[in-house]
Amino acid sequence: MKRDYDVVVVGAGPAGSMTAKWAAKNGAKVLMIEKRQEIGSPVRCGEGISRSWHDSVGLKLDKKSVAWEVKGAKIVSPNGSSFLLSEKMAGDEVGIVIDRVFFDKLLARDAIKAGSDLQLKTSATKLLKEGDKVVGVRVKSMEGTRDITCGCVVAADGFESQVGRWAGIDTSLAPRDITSCFQYRLTNIDQDYDYCEFVLGSKAPGGYIWIFPKNKDTANVGMGMQLSKLSGPADVKKHLDKFIQGDPRLRKGRPLELVSGAVSICAPIEKTVGDGILLVGDAARQIDPITGGGISNSCKAGKVAGEVLAKAAKANDFSEKSLTRYENGWRDLLENNLYRNWLAKEKLVTLSDETFDKIIATLNEVGVDKMSTFAILKAIEAKYPELVKEFQDLL
Amino acid sequence: MKKDKLDEFEVDIDKCMHCGACVGSCPQNAITLREVLIEFNDDCNLCKRCIKVCPVGAITLVGDD
Repeated sequence: MKRDYDVVVVGAGPAGSMTAKWAAKNGAKVLMIEKRQEIGSPVRCGEGISRSWHDSVGLKLDKKSVAWEVKGAKIVSPNGSSFLLSEKMAGDEVGIVIDRVFFDKLLARDAIKAGSDLQLKTSATKLLKEGDKVVGVRVKSMEGTRDITCGCVVAADGFESQVGRWAGIDTSLAPRDITSCFQYRLTNIDQDYDYCEFVLGSKAPGGYIWIFPKNKDTANVGMGMQLSKLSGPADVKKHLDKFIQGDPRLRKGRPLELVSGAVSICAPIEKTVGDGILLVGDAARQIDPITGGGISNSCKAGKVAGEVLAKAAKANDFSEKSLTRYENGWRDLLENNLYRNWLAKEKLVTLSDETFDKIIATLNEVGVDKMSTFAILKAIEAKYPELVKEFQDLL
Repeated sequence: MKKDKLDEFEVDIDKCMHCGACVGSCPQNAITLREVLIEFNDDCNLCKRCIKVCPVGAITLVGDD
């Protein structure tokens, strides 16, 4: 059957661009659409990532994409004591503070260089279907409304994730699996700019506060709070304002940018493909439930998606069965870790400030050679078995 | 009837950051973000999760405290 494109990717964030790049590179005819007028803007991100995974997805950062480099992470307990993690130990979310306005453009450029088409200020408004099978997408743009036919629509539409739900894939979230976030880019602050800082405990109920340096006197200072722990309108902003006012390093800071948004912190969802539809990134709920970080997982899953879609285009088979190779592929890479971190998150949100204080004190006493849930629990268990009783099923 | 209820949702354009937190949190997929405009559709069941999740408190239901 004649179609306009093999693949239409809805959303040109990291997941969408990575999918488009690897699909186009391997021969598929790809169109990316982005509803905003600029790639990477407005930013909805704390911007802290690590380096370890870049090679595996063919990512080469340019100068402009990297705002700042740090030596590691500083985990701060409610009583103010802290535990330092070197970058090597800190896992997948620390090492570089990027500039999403440039980073997202870099990834989109890679996709375009690989042969993908891109249209801005173009929104998907509905899916075109034959029975349950997705065969295209209706879009609204400056040129008006039109229908685009394709073999597969890729839902890379982020946390909002409407496209997947239009296709009948359940991406709904329980209140405990949603984090509401607010962030200032604060300038004129004092900070230890060699570290990305994470503040734990009741200052950010069910979440944490982050301070990620963008340069010597500027940082992304944000907070995420679990939806089920919010008590009224704008609660997360109120908590963040209170924290900033109470911190002498930050109090004199003034914002250069405001960022709001929400993040999923759920267990892996049941299904991310159907006939002619594939979900990737935040839209597929591939976010790490502990950190709320999504860029590395989006890029890893995006590469798998692109490769599978190119094969599907060659075989002219975009059935659910054909796309199951993506489902299996991303789960092989990410699912265990997502599930384990979701379980750990479910416990972490129940801990008291006193317990967080004890955990940080213990980590400082016994040390830990690797920043993973498992390694940390093992280290604590050796000294204070009663502290990890709650987490027994993770060991 | 439903339409009337929906008319009661107010989005404060001075507060709204167009971030989509309400869109992704809506269990009914009843909210759409049109670049800088939040739209509710008839699938809304008035669960009010959007009001709660909004990081800046931009959404209210008229008559609610």
